[in-house]
Amino acid sequence: MSTNPNKLGLLRLLTCGSVDDGKSTLIGRLLYDSQGIYEDQLSSLTADSKKMGTQGGELDLALLVDGLQSEREQGITIDVAYRYFSTPKRKFIIADTPGHEQYTRNMATGASNSDFAIILIDASKGVQTQTRRHSFICSLLGIKQVIVAVNKMDTVGYKQDVYKGIQQDYLKLAGSLDIPDIRFVPISALLGDNVVHPSKQMPWFRGSTLLHYIETTVPQAHESNEFRFPVQRVSRPDSDFRGFEGSIVSGAVKVGDTIRVLPAGTISSVRSITTFDGELDQAVAPQAVTITLNDEVAVNRGDMLAHKDDLPRVASRVRAKLVWMHEQPLQPRNEYRVHFITKATRGMVAGLHHRIDVNTMTEQSVSTLGLNEIGLVDLQLVEPVPFDKYADNKHSGSFILIDKVSNTTVAAGMVEEALPDTGAQRAGETSQEVVWHAAAVGSQERALRYEHKPCMLWYTGLSGSGKSTIANAVDRLLFERGCRTYVLDGDNLRHGLNKDLGFSDSDRVENIRRVSEMGRLFVDAGLIVSAALISPFAEERARAKTLVGADQFIEVFIDTPIEVCEQRDPKGLYAKARAGDIPNFTGISSPYEAPAKPDVHVHTDKVNVTEAAQQIIDYLFRRRIIA
Amino acid sequence: MTTENRLTHLQQLESEAIHIFREVAAQFEQPVMMYSVGKDSSVLLHLARKAFYPGRIPFPLLHIDTTWKFQEMIAFRDRMAKQHNFELLVHTNQEAVQQGVNPFDHPRYTDIMKTDALKQALSQHGFDAAIGGARRDEEKSRAKERVFSFRDPHHRWDPKQQRPELWRIYNGAVNKRESMRVFPLSNWTELDIWEYIQAEGIEIPSLYFAKERPVVERDGSLIMVDDNRIRLAEGEQPQQRMVRFRTLGCYPLTGAMESNATTLPEIIAEMQLSRFSERQGRVIDHDAAASMEKKKIEGYF
Repeated sequence: MSTNPNKLGLLRLLTCGSVDDGKSTLIGRLLYDSQGIYEDQLSSLTADSKKMGTQGGELDLALLVDGLQSEREQGITIDVAYRYFSTPKRKFIIADTPGHEQYTRNMATGASNSDFAIILIDASKGVQTQTRRHSFICSLLGIKQVIVAVNKMDTVGYKQDVYKGIQQDYLKLAGSLDIPDIRFVPISALLGDNVVHPSKQMPWFRGSTLLHYIETTVPQAHESNEFRFPVQRVSRPDSDFRGFEGSIVSGAVKVGDTIRVLPAGTISSVRSITTFDGELDQAVAPQAVTITLNDEVAVNRGDMLAHKDDLPRVASRVRAKLVWMHEQPLQPRNEYRVHFITKATRGMVAGLHHRIDVNTMTEQSVSTLGLNEIGLVDLQLVEPVPFDKYADNKHSGSFILIDKVSNTTVAAGMVEEALPDTGAQRAGETSQEVVWHAAAVGSQERALRYEHKPCMLWYTGLSGSGKSTIANAVDRLLFERGCRTYVLDGDNLRHGLNKDLGFSDSDRVENIRRVSEMGRLFVDAGLIVSAALISPFAEERARAKTLVGADQFIEVFIDTPIEVCEQRDPKGLYAKARAGDIPNFTGISSPYEAPAKPDVHVHTDKVNVTEAAQQIIDYLFRRRIIA
Repeated sequence: MTTENRLTHLQQLESEAIHIFREVAAQFEQPVMMYSVGKDSSVLLHLARKAFYPGRIPFPLLHIDTTWKFQEMIAFRDRMAKQHNFELLVHTNQEAVQQGVNPFDHPRYTDIMKTDALKQALSQHGFDAAIGGARRDEEKSRAKERVFSFRDPHHRWDPKQQRPELWRIYNGAVNKRESMRVFPLSNWTELDIWEYIQAEGIEIPSLYFAKERPVVERDGSLIMVDDNRIRLAEGEQPQQRMVRFRTLGCYPLTGAMESNATTLPEIIAEMQLSRFSERQGRVIDHDAAASMEKKKIEGYF
């Protein structure tokens, strides 16, 4: 196929904004003014405009864009719609996505295949919460270039100071995001100012029109230059030919290049790059080709070919950002199908670190993710898979989760990093033939050497119930038996690691999250670790259990009546709480949710410290933690 | 530096389509490709040959024959099957033919001869994926359809329950009797199709090129007299006019346009000047607003 030097190729762009911002009108205007609308579409549009009566009988360009009937009736755009237009310079694919919070799913979908985004702001309203949300999602999905179109300038008298104010507000917001290239243009989509034609109303604006920007922009590299070839199919038309069909998702490959087949790590070299149009000496992304190798090595669908010195990660445990896309919320530890670009496998969410609020970009501790929520999770796969970080490579760093029963796509994932638990490493870094389990000391090996299994004893109970006292007594007994142990004391941690945390609800949740994470590390190191925390809420304890791992988590309820605790009052806290000096004090002004089914239930009104400690030791015997 | 820009937009669209073809072949047990003999089908066929070269296309091609297609289309179809050595299946709604369903008298002609026939064929063979040449730019309701578009056991499309489709990851998982419609040309426009046909030298039926043809004018459309079943009204006299077709279908329902474009560059030049979108030539779309959305929900391609 011949190349046309006048064309800059394809630009895939995303438009974000609500109907109120005039997004559909803007797209309609781009199509209309650049003459991407056909006459019969126009006549149907004229009829529709009259029927809907949205623009007082005037041509409503938004109707051209709002596709499905039900959406048109509701006056909202609920799904991603794709629009096409081209100018002599370039072909454009617009992913037109809805902007409401409940459609984060659709916006993420549109952003996943876009190089570029137009973010609309209504000049009369300025930077809004949704502006922040749209920008955050663009940044999350790896869009590096954004044009902020300040729309409806006609409603603010085309005033420069309004535009400048919005520009400054936006730049403040964008400071925390990873969007290196941000431009601004003041427009009126309704009247056409600065969309395709320069505005006569805003002589103070010296920049280009919106169309000019998107016609001339050169997409920033999101993809790395490292060669990645996820194998789609093995082609064996006859006994002489065995090739691997696939698309190069990044980088380039030449005949003769030494490559590795991942996850196996096998080495070979490229014998030919076969296409219908003939054999190629080299090929680049995103070409679809068929590669043959010089050696008879095993290659299957889902494997990845990469240059021997630029390898992807290979691991069975990954940390990833997840956008939840289904009404049915995430069920941690439930098995889902996991599809990387061509690799289909299975896995579960083994840990949920936090949820990211799309409006404020803050992190919150949660126990699940619902529709349109975004979270950071640890994904445990049933086998090692080759991948890259999403920030390095969009196509080899992304995956989807599929419900095993309904087959529907429930989440989209972006890899943050490979997790070391199962011995991930840069494939082939240390050895010719890659051996995964040898890279790290496994928890089973540790258990063998220490002669006990690791676990976390989580002591919960009221302030003054005796948690720390009993935890330390148990620790002493275990230590004397030769076990590797440690006690994480809530109060002690607040002197150091958790010094920055107060006693607000969110700080308490964070306090528990950190202790759980610490516990998880200690368990991973093979220790029996104890934590004594009031941890009054069942949900928090459940979350801790998820983080640490249900099999290693032992909930010990130190059950002491509040009257007894208040009588003891070793730190004088109850007195202060009664006086109203401590807000949210558990048992006084804040509830304590007693565990419904603790693993060990210690009634301190019936046993003394030594007996309590022995009760816990007995339990550890029964669970075969110690022998 | 982004590597994607080293390729032209047509090369990028071609790579994307090949990727989609291969995903279908890899993910489904019994795929089929719809072949309607038109220009989009010709492009689809060309891409399928490219996707699996040097192998053969690993699935059959299915033509829904209403028995009212242009004669040249049928001859072209059979010649292509021979020339490119693909497996061709032809299905006609025989029951309806016996009942005398024809495009003149039956308001539900298209439903019966195309949509119903298609559903019959898909169920009969148990295909779990059907590749089609539809493009998102053809019509508003198509703009939101996925590349992998899920169909329930009754071949119905639910626009509200579409699976999110991200990156180049296509979820082809279906249960028994459910199926997927797959559209490798989703991101192509009509202009892209023509430019690609020219760039690749793809053979298309000569009906696309202007020629003196016998036509009658009915309700503002020029209908070609392709055989003697046309039912000429009293006083209706076929005239020789220089015409060509923008789309091909059943000849009594396909309007021709007056044109002198006899070569691809002339067609492309004419198209770029044209102010009418291609579905205008198809009589079925004029019913009501969003008529296509209704047809699609029912299982039309």
